[in-house]
Amino acid sequence: MNTSWGKRLVIAAPYLWLGLFFLIPFLIVLKLSFAEVVLARPPYTPLIEWLNAAGQFAPKLRVNFANYLLLLSDDLYIRSFLISLRIAFFATLIALAVGYPLAYAMARAPESWRAILVMLVILPFWTSFLIRVYAWIGILKNEGLLNAALMAVGIISKPLVIMNTDWAVYIGIVYSYLPFMVLPLYAALEKQDPSLLEAAADLGAPPWKAFWTVTVPLSLPGIVAGSLLVFIPAVGEFVIPDILGGSGTLMIGKTLWAEFFNNRDWPLASAIAVVLLVVLVVPIVWFQRQQAARAVEDGR
Amino acid sequence: MNDTRTPRARIEPWNDPAASAYVRVEGIAKSFGAQVAVANVDLAIHKGEFFSLLGPSGCGKTTLLRMLAGFETPDAGRILIDGADMTGVPPHRRPVNMMFQSYALFPHMTVEQNIAFGLRQDGAPKAEIADRVAEMLALVKLDGFGRRKPHQLSGGQRQRVALARALVKKPKLLLLDEPLGALDRRLREHTQFELVNIQERLGITFIIVTHDQEEAMTMSSRMAVMEHGAIRQVGTPAEVYERPASRFVAEFLGDANIIEGRVTSSANGRLQIAAEAAGCTIAVDGDGLAAGAPCAVAFRPEKLTLAKDQPADTSSNAVAGTVFDIAYLGDMSVYHVRTDAGATLRVAAANSQRMIERPITWDDRVWVTWAPGAGVVLDR
Repeated sequence: MNTSWGKRLVIAAPYLWLGLFFLIPFLIVLKLSFAEVVLARPPYTPLIEWLNAAGQFAPKLRVNFANYLLLLSDDLYIRSFLISLRIAFFATLIALAVGYPLAYAMARAPESWRAILVMLVILPFWTSFLIRVYAWIGILKNEGLLNAALMAVGIISKPLVIMNTDWAVYIGIVYSYLPFMVLPLYAALEKQDPSLLEAAADLGAPPWKAFWTVTVPLSLPGIVAGSLLVFIPAVGEFVIPDILGGSGTLMIGKTLWAEFFNNRDWPLASAIAVVLLVVLVVPIVWFQRQQAARAVEDGR
Repeated sequence: MNDTRTPRARIEPWNDPAASAYVRVEGIAKSFGAQVAVANVDLAIHKGEFFSLLGPSGCGKTTLLRMLAGFETPDAGRILIDGADMTGVPPHRRPVNMMFQSYALFPHMTVEQNIAFGLRQDGAPKAEIADRVAEMLALVKLDGFGRRKPHQLSGGQRQRVALARALVKKPKLLLLDEPLGALDRRLREHTQFELVNIQERLGITFIIVTHDQEEAMTMSSRMAVMEHGAIRQVGTPAEVYERPASRFVAEFLGDANIIEGRVTSSANGRLQIAAEAAGCTIAVDGDGLAAGAPCAVAFRPEKLTLAKDQPADTSSNAVAGTVFDIAYLGDMSVYHVRTDAGATLRVAAANSQRMIERPITWDDRVWVTWAPGAGVVLDR
């Protein structure tokens, strides 16, 4: 009995955690998204009215779809969604282009170095995310380090305007999420048998072709995992576009924040959050399906 | 080997001074840091040979093979294949294919795609690739397995896919790195004959690396025994086994009793040797050693005979002793005999009769005798 209870507890722990800190908050947000905004505290109408105007017990469900309809009708929201997806997509591509050679070099480094290199990739996490993003202001602003260096070398004669543009947002996202791209790639590349590349060379494949026909296909799980780990948080990113991006950088995370805190429109902000979640759950489910299909195909 | 319909011609190009070597290794050396892997190796291998590089682990045989494939660059010397200098030729441009010890099959490709990989690199037409792949699958008896992935195959099947993939380009030279190491014993014996059959049918020159002497003896036309990065002896399996050049070769290849002694006389190609440690005098075929010179004689255990009765002539090639251990191996038994002088001799006797009761058993007084041709005087 004891062991069985202990076992159940261990198995239940992650579900309890998810229920407590994901499911219940999400249900609250979902409930909020169907409410109407009112000037009150809290600033929304209840989903179920237990008492009628006369004070008698008469439960009444009040579901309001106006928030979702507004998301569809006002192109501000659709635009923020599309811009967020676009920025996240290209940031993911850039992170992949930067991260792959990095992970490859790490995986091919002498074995005694690898643990140190992995440490170096993780090292930035020891400083607050917010502080690191702020630090980029000092680098990217007109009289910042980057412009000063470029002008000192003589590559440019007047400062490049990077701060408060989409460029700054891209730099910020790629910088912040690069470790999430590098680590799964490294894991996939590191376990590859080096004799596979030798076999490819032996059979007549020049190095670049061996890379494309052997290394890349075998690292595909790492590419997909890394890309999702960058793409998903990048879509909903709020801090980076708020600090580095300009007023023109319309990302959904920023819009959500503005609805919540500037407009105090909690129901609309909640509706945005729900839509955002649905938009992001689709690629995750797709990824898991892929993984499951691959596992079945490989007979694992 | 099991093809008895056509008598096989004895081809021994290595004995023909006019024949030129197909693969020529000239003064090859390779070190990893302070570790010398291969030290100044020369080899001449002829077309169509099944050549083994045999040695204990760490003797440099795999490094030599990897230099032939182009995965390692020699520090000194050069390699010629069919007359072409391979120095500076990267692996993907060499007319050589390799079968890896781990097989190194591409896990994300089917058996067909694995085999077709090499042909596809050459840009061969699709129809030709399909024909060659089917031909190879038939050769290694894997018809019908083309659409499987490597992980869906048994170890023996994977081994054959690796062989097919390495053979599909009809290389001038096929390198095999411990090709049977991962197979169980029965499958290994079967595969040895299969490999030899395939090699004879295709006429491709095979160079195989192995630490298994039985494997090397069964399959090779010739073999090179390596130790500490150097080649100690090259010859046919029978030559190397019957006439080992050194103590290392005698002990590495098969079992050997080595008796130390001193030459007492040398006449008519016959040496008389006094072996005080063993307590006997040895008459052995050989010359070139002066009286008084120290020497060592190797005897294969199966070339010694055991008798309970004292032989007629005990002046030489006979020594008395006591049986102190018997290893019963089924087909034969190995008797460990301690001579009266204190040396240990191992004598192998075929169990030609069913032997529940041993005619010779523990603690029996026995005589060990041998013919003058049984021993080999070791150079080193």
